[in-house]
Amino acid sequence: MSDNVQVADVVGIGESAHARAPEPLLQLQDVRKVYPGVTPVIALRGVDFTIHRGELVAIVGPSGSGKSTLLHMMGTLDRPTEGSVRLVGSDVAKMSDRELAKLRATRIGFVFQQFFLSEYETALENVADGLLYSGVNRRTRRALAAEALDKVGLAHRMDHRPPQLSGGERQRVAIARALNGNPDIVLADEPTGNLDSNAAATIFALLKKLHREGATIIVITHDRGLAARLPRRIDVLDGRIVADVTQGATGTVDPELTVDWARDTKEQA
Amino acid sequence: MRNAFSHRLRPSDVARVASVGLRNRRMRAALSALGISIGVAAMVAVLGLSASSQAGLLAEIDRLGTNLLTVSKGTTVTGETAELPKQAPGMISRIDAVTAVESTGATGAKVYRNPFIPAVNSNGLTVKATSLNLPASVSTSLERGQFLNKATESRPVAVLGATAARRLGIDRIFTGQRILVSGQWFYVVGILKPAALAPEVDDSVLIGYPAAEKYLRYNGNPSTIYVRSDTEKVNDVHAMLAATANPEGPSQVTVSRPSAALVARAAAKSALNGLFLGLGAVALLVGGIGVANTMVISVLERRSEIGLRRALGATKQHVRTQFLAEAVLLSSLGGVVGVLLGALATAIYATVKDWEIVVPTLAWAGGLGAAIAIGAVAGLLPAIRAARMAPTEALRTV
Repeated sequence: MSDNVQVADVVGIGESAHARAPEPLLQLQDVRKVYPGVTPVIALRGVDFTIHRGELVAIVGPSGSGKSTLLHMMGTLDRPTEGSVRLVGSDVAKMSDRELAKLRATRIGFVFQQFFLSEYETALENVADGLLYSGVNRRTRRALAAEALDKVGLAHRMDHRPPQLSGGERQRVAIARALNGNPDIVLADEPTGNLDSNAAATIFALLKKLHREGATIIVITHDRGLAARLPRRIDVLDGRIVADVTQGATGTVDPELTVDWARDTKEQA
Repeated sequence: MRNAFSHRLRPSDVARVASVGLRNRRMRAALSALGISIGVAAMVAVLGLSASSQAGLLAEIDRLGTNLLTVSKGTTVTGETAELPKQAPGMISRIDAVTAVESTGATGAKVYRNPFIPAVNSNGLTVKATSLNLPASVSTSLERGQFLNKATESRPVAVLGATAARRLGIDRIFTGQRILVSGQWFYVVGILKPAALAPEVDDSVLIGYPAAEKYLRYNGNPSTIYVRSDTEKVNDVHAMLAATANPEGPSQVTVSRPSAALVARAAAKSALNGLFLGLGAVALLVGGIGVANTMVISVLERRSEIGLRRALGATKQHVRTQFLAEAVLLSSLGGVVGVLLGALATAIYATVKDWEIVVPTLAWAGGLGAAIAIGAVAGLLPAIRAARMAPTEALRTV
């Protein structure tokens, strides 16, 4: 574990490290997905892109554009009909259910629009459960969970249950769960879809902060305004990539987006 | 950390994950476990009560003694009733191992409370002549009053068996208390307690042999002889009794051992036991269906939880194990509660009846085992369905 932390830290700090070691983390080559049925639905029509370690990428598209399917492909939750998805060099198509599960347990963190937190367990337990299937004992899981919660600014909310938290706070708990165990890549599916604009801004600021600290994050969203503020933007339409833009502004701190926890918490009160 | 990755959850984690659904939906879990509880409780109680009553009966038989043999009238080859010779008691008492010989003789007379009762209302009671130490021999004693003695055996004096007293409506002894036997008033001097080894004494009105001969013109032949012998030699005595009682016609004598009949009755399982066990099994089955139902609903409701767990790295096996363990946990909880309830019912009833409390291993272990097996079967299908659910399907928002 300590090795990972070091690698992630070294690779992720600032853009100098970024430019020096562009290790390809996730590679999609001509990925196509067809959902069979009476009228087969073609969700992806040949998608190519590569995500490098330490990137913060927004995948933008209207609903029905295929971005959810893309998330499933990237998250190894589903297999492409054609083409290949390679995560850290290994081809997902050739893996068994167990190997995929292992990959998800150790290398990928998910954040969902609906948070998917257990209402009956505390924030700490929810975050600790992020490592339930990775072979770590409970004590370590809880210790790491406490660290992860601290990273998203919720150290003081550890013993609260989700119903006692605001929407933004819940999503931060979910982000902490995704981060727990230092996965190679964090996939966020519409992380701000259920949040008001204040909380959404906080979440985006948090994602940028985590990115500066070295995390590789892919955000799927339909909100062009928020996506435009991220370093790289991939536009998806009708199962194809229509634009892949890397902005020069990477690394400069947007004053509007500095993490202000109070903003999120105030809105709740 | 990656090297330490293991597909297997620790048992403690399995237990924690399996209990999530139960902790979150306590009411539902309690209700569906209740079905299992009732089934298991019924089975444990039936088996426990029958074992306890058996233990109670055997203890009672031990207390009464197993060394009593009875000799009674048999039938001749032509099918007529064969009388026992008058000398039979005397001859039997000369057998070495025999410690006591008592006899009764059925007089054929009818008994009534008073002269105004129609003759047909004889209450099924018989009037018997008796020797003077009968109560001790058949392990009973006086409920009230006293037994016949040398002085009263030739007088019109009677002692009532427990059932006879009840049917005649006599529950206490007072001077002048009398009953009518074949037109002759007999004074009641005692009432016996029930005689478990010789139930025929219970519905008898007992009078002395001399009195029977004098007032009822009874021929004096005994009809039943009660023989007590050394416990170790009961079988030897048993073998000799017929020939001793009636040397001319040993085959015309019936010899029996009342305690043996009681032991056989104790060992015999009541037909009702089977019925109640069947009902318990049906309750258990219904409970199992309840658990299956709960699990099916649980899997449907927790689709997104399943999706999340798959996203967090759970294998199909993990998901299957989780729901199977949940079903087994649910039904085991029901089983434990059922065993406790069944044992409690047994304990209360046995205590009231003054029996030893016996809950056979078969009952509680079987009940628990049945509950776990039912849970596993009930949980199998929902667990497989949960595991088969594709992660993307499970994560789709409705």
